Amino acid sequence: MQFTTRGRLMATCLTLALGATALAACGSGDGDDAESGSDGPVSLTYWAWAPGMDKVADIWNTTEGKKTGVTVTVKKQASGDDLVTKIITAAKAKKAPDLVQAEYQALPTLVSNDVLADISSEVGDAKGQFAPGVWQQTTLGTDAVYAVPQDSGPMMFYYREDLFKEYGLTVPTTWDEFADAARALKKKDPSKALTTFSSNDAGLFAGLAQQAGARWWTTQGETWKVGIADAATAKVADFWGGLVKEGAIDNQPMYTPSWNKALNTGKQLAWVSAVWAPGTLTTAAPDTKGKWAMAPLPQWNAGEHRTGSWGGSSTGVTNDSGHKKAAARFAAWLNTDSRALAALVKEGGIYPAATAAQTGGALSAAPGFFPNQPDFYAQAAEIAKTTAPSAWGPNVNVAYTAFRDSFASAAKNKSDFGAALGVIQRDTVADLKKQGFEVTG
Amino acid sequence: MATDLRRGGPRPGRWRVRGAPYAFLLPAVALFALFFALPIGYALYLSLRKVEVKGLGLGSGARQEVWAGLSNYTAALSDSELLSSALRVLGYGAIVVPSMLGLALVLALMLDAERTRLGGFSRLAIFLPYAVPGVIAALMWGFLYLPDVSPFHYLLDRAGLPAPDLLDGGPLYVALANIALWGGTGFNMIVIYTSLRSIPVEIYEAARLDGASQLQTALRIKIPIVAPSLVLTFFFSIIATLQVFSEPTTLKPLTNSLSTTWSPLMKVYQDAFVKNDIYSAAATSVVIAVITLVLSFGFLKTVGSRSNRGETQ
Repeated sequence: MQFTTRGRLMATCLTLALGATALAACGSGDGDDAESGSDGPVSLTYWAWAPGMDKVADIWNTTEGKKTGVTVTVKKQASGDDLVTKIITAAKAKKAPDLVQAEYQALPTLVSNDVLADISSEVGDAKGQFAPGVWQQTTLGTDAVYAVPQDSGPMMFYYREDLFKEYGLTVPTTWDEFADAARALKKKDPSKALTTFSSNDAGLFAGLAQQAGARWWTTQGETWKVGIADAATAKVADFWGGLVKEGAIDNQPMYTPSWNKALNTGKQLAWVSAVWAPGTLTTAAPDTKGKWAMAPLPQWNAGEHRTGSWGGSSTGVTNDSGHKKAAARFAAWLNTDSRALAALVKEGGIYPAATAAQTGGALSAAPGFFPNQPDFYAQAAEIAKTTAPSAWGPNVNVAYTAFRDSFASAAKNKSDFGAALGVIQRDTVADLKKQGFEVTG
Repeated sequence: MATDLRRGGPRPGRWRVRGAPYAFLLPAVALFALFFALPIGYALYLSLRKVEVKGLGLGSGARQEVWAGLSNYTAALSDSELLSSALRVLGYGAIVVPSMLGLALVLALMLDAERTRLGGFSRLAIFLPYAVPGVIAALMWGFLYLPDVSPFHYLLDRAGLPAPDLLDGGPLYVALANIALWGGTGFNMIVIYTSLRSIPVEIYEAARLDGASQLQTALRIKIPIVAPSLVLTFFFSIIATLQVFSEPTTLKPLTNSLSTTWSPLMKVYQDAFVKNDIYSAAATSVVIAVITLVLSFGFLKTVGSRSNRGETQ
């Protein structure tokens, strides 16, 4: 019965569409609700890549959304740089979805392309529910708010507890100790390596630089300042370049079958990663369940407590949306409501940016891969509080590409990482200048 | 139509006759204009544009599309990375094209030889890799090349022999060429084989009566007669080489030796889809298209004039 009604409705819509009249009657594009304040029947599209996001949206559709008449449809996307381009292209055609999932470092690019709307009046109250370093990424240092933080990726140190014991290694608390552990292991067993320096994900390096206090993009008045080759980042580059050069660690990229095997067989004993590492380890090194442990990232100075972030994303509302208020309300609900956050953790496996959700609830038990560390998420929440602020600019994609290429060849040739850093700085500044930005640095 | 004219009704009839060819052409012209000329025209237009940012570039109206003159072209042509990517691809082509065509020719001749058994099966077996999508082939070979997971490395290791790292330096070119060779030889072989089959049997009979051996028949009769097919397959291979994209892109995450701009097309992709700079990407595409056209037509012209001269002699 329902089927026939549906069929007839579709036929009606099709007829109307073919008649090229009143096409809007079939959709829901009945103008902006900004003035009226009441939502009426509104349907929103949401481009996201987090798994299970449709299930979380269903919770909204059957509860909050039902009350206010706002339905959210999730269109699954692939994450990455090309999604940013896809969103920008859609926005150019005035066809962007109402809501988008965007990584923090992509926000300046999206704002600069006039994709994201300022939703400060709708979501400004949510500020207190997030760590300041996380929230600051969605404001770009202005009074505007361009997105609501969804998940964050505080960085941590993962190591094979059993093998550390076997080789008599202690968990490093400083980077100097980290280097010593790498050398000690090489001496004991040259076929093993503490870890690898991988050039295929610039986010890792960016997070390490952030921990060291680097600020890659900053503004002064109307001028951008690029500090990718600043002293803090140079320190990080030299540290890892030195380890690769002396052969203390491996230089092969992550996320390859080789890397999986190295983790699974214990050829590599540690991984500098973020809070989401258990998920990756589950698929990459299935045989090592219960053998890993997590510790805070090694520090540059003993006694410090700082970490960087690797990954994490936010929910933004686009300028193309005809229902910005409704969309912003959904974005706020999705990332602050306890039911939504619990579902995001359960269905999407994300680590919520909202501080209240970082402990308890779905995160009260340790990840299944870490049965030996029951207080995993309690520790993680402590570490998350120490996240250093980050500073993203309008051409992170260019810097990341330059990183991949110049650090890949530097890692391969075991050559000077400082020089490779110079290449990124040069390319990034040149690209900004080419686009017409005012730049120093 | 002719009867129409004779019967009178001159004007509309004449118009119909004159208009008929255009009416027949219309679908082709419309398709050509819509799906070929228009996109190329748009790419040309884009290649002359650029985005200009004001101030910090944040907020609305901070970005404007403006005319760029030829600056995208000068940037593309003076880009050392584009030049080195072109050189890399030339090096790759120098391995792929001769070995693929040589192998395809030898295999086609062997299949065409009189005493071949299981010809149908072999033909299919050699052709089959062509049906495997390039990305899957690249992934498969990539896994075979990776030292830690490769069965070849395992066997070499067991035998106590040194195993080369195929994803680095010079061997990388061989590794990439091997993927193209594996996938493309069968197709080229079929093209050559088909033209071998169209040679009249009388010619072979005459050759046999003259006492020519199988080898002599192959060298003196078969190869000269299938030369046009060889030219064609060479032409296709050159173009495919210049457009190499999916193999290096698929292997890129596995090694530090493949940059994001390893081949010219990878640079175009990088500009358009990662850097969101479709203007530079359009200019680079135009440059690549022009070079491809010049190279391929230059080659056809040289070959054409040589064969003409050959015929007049």
